[in-house]
Amino acid sequence: MASYSKTKMNPTGFSRNQIKLYIILLPVVLFMMLPIVYIITTAFKPIDEMFLFPPRFWVQNPTLSNFKKLFDVGSNEIPVSRYVFNSIVVTVAVMFFSILISSMAGFALSKMKFAGKKFWFEVNQLALMFVPASVAIPKYLVVEKLGLIDTIWAHIFTLLAIPVGLFLVKQFIDQIPDSLIEAAYIDGAGDFLIYRKIILPIIRPALATVAILAFQTVWNGTETSSFYINNEELKTLAFYMNSLSSSSGNTIAGQGIAAAASLIMFVPNVIIFIICQSKVLNTVAYSGIK
Amino acid sequence: MSKLKKSIRKNITSYSFLSGYLLFFIAFIVIPVIAGIALSFTYFNSIQPPEFIGITNYINIFTKDREFMQYIIPNTIKFATFVGVGGYALSFILAWILAQLPRVPRTILAIIIYIPSTTSGVVMSVIWKTIFSGDSYGYVNSILLKLGLIQEPIQFLTSPKYLMNIMIIVGIWGSMGIGFLAMLAGLLNIDEQLYEAAAIDGIRSRLQEIFYITIPSMKPQMLFGGVMAVVNTFNASSIGVQLSGENPTPRYSGQLIVTHIEDFGFIRYEMGYAAALSVVLLLFVYWLSKLAFRLFLEKD
Repeated sequence: MASYSKTKMNPTGFSRNQIKLYIILLPVVLFMMLPIVYIITTAFKPIDEMFLFPPRFWVQNPTLSNFKKLFDVGSNEIPVSRYVFNSIVVTVAVMFFSILISSMAGFALSKMKFAGKKFWFEVNQLALMFVPASVAIPKYLVVEKLGLIDTIWAHIFTLLAIPVGLFLVKQFIDQIPDSLIEAAYIDGAGDFLIYRKIILPIIRPALATVAILAFQTVWNGTETSSFYINNEELKTLAFYMNSLSSSSGNTIAGQGIAAAASLIMFVPNVIIFIICQSKVLNTVAYSGIK
Repeated sequence: MSKLKKSIRKNITSYSFLSGYLLFFIAFIVIPVIAGIALSFTYFNSIQPPEFIGITNYINIFTKDREFMQYIIPNTIKFATFVGVGGYALSFILAWILAQLPRVPRTILAIIIYIPSTTSGVVMSVIWKTIFSGDSYGYVNSILLKLGLIQEPIQFLTSPKYLMNIMIIVGIWGSMGIGFLAMLAGLLNIDEQLYEAAAIDGIRSRLQEIFYITIPSMKPQMLFGGVMAVVNTFNASSIGVQLSGENPTPRYSGQLIVTHIEDFGFIRYEMGYAAALSVVLLLFVYWLSKLAFRLFLEKD
């Protein structure tokens, strides 16, 4: 190459050589975005626009009829609000408890000295590579042996340990200088006080990341409902939406309903990520495996 | 207080902090993995108790399971190469381009690129099912019909010819997840002076800069991204079943190890055999991750 100039990372303003970067990114961003935009327009399409040929990308007369139909379908046996309620309870519980247990464990693994510390960290690092679907059967047997089948706990307990979450929290706590904690010990603070007053406030970004990971697994997951729950009243929204879209998604009229269902499932994901994105980026900067 | 007492007390407090996580980690990850390994040496149909049969299941995987050798292995390798390796390379390239943009446009574009990875299998399959729908109302079909490239709508999702390629497209679409974010954050944290020093030391091109400066300076994030890419690839591998709505997928065209396990475990109830397949899968993932470790781990 004739003229090499070093790459300018994280520039503060616009410069002309950024134009070609935007041009390269444009097709990628369109490819990532269009399916999502398409699902939004489809969700608001009235039935006659669904049957237009050739199909139109944009909706002409947006309507909420798909959403209305979606909620009517449910009212036959169990109201949709019941699934929504279950999903919210389960999601909030998992987010809260997984934040609690991974921050406590992260503190111990990072700052305390004890027998087996290295062992547990390495086992957890190994578990990063764990593919949940591969052990669905033995996991079912464990849930059954513990008597959790057809209880709300089956949704919660099985998803609480998130190896990636603990890993990120531990790496984040590693950045806190030991001197800060030692000073607190000298001032007479106990372990729990240090955890609550020093560690927790500093690691908020990492906890936001754990919350997002937990939210995504629980809110979107259908496995716990389909494997561990037979009682229709205890199943979650994701499961209901899944069965609805696989039964009605194959007809053209059903596509609108399925799109509305997907949108309801999908929007909370996006909102939570947008709120937390700067914290997440802050956390994953320390994600390195060393 | 004696030294021993002090160290015992220290261990007790440490483990009390660790205990909450360990309880659920051991119950729902460690024990299932160990139980899965034990089950893989048995014949188990979920009605009668498991019966020990030694390594018969493993022998059967490699000698009797015709689909496994003929379709599952090649499919899995193809899918993992495009979605895992391809998606990983693409995440790095996109992160590298994004890192060269100012903060506001960078954040907006990063969110757009990341969002597909937050869609679950449910949402993902609804979206792509409508786009690749097999009648003339399907979006891709209608465009091809209008352009006159085809005379009749193509059954994309049930045709063995197209299913795998569509799975790869959908897989890559959903692969820019937390590994992508880690690489972006890693790129932004590289010390500016390294680039200046490199320019003085005789780096001649952007490509040299990437391989000699950028990647070595963010090895830990590259490794984390690599491990996440491997895991996400295998977690995403049931999209073939979700898209076609059948397990096994039409003529095994989109069948991967994970869906093969589900086929044996939940449809044919040969759970011992499914467990053996799971062990093979876990070993395979472990081996791939080790490969990533060897590439990027810093040796002190």
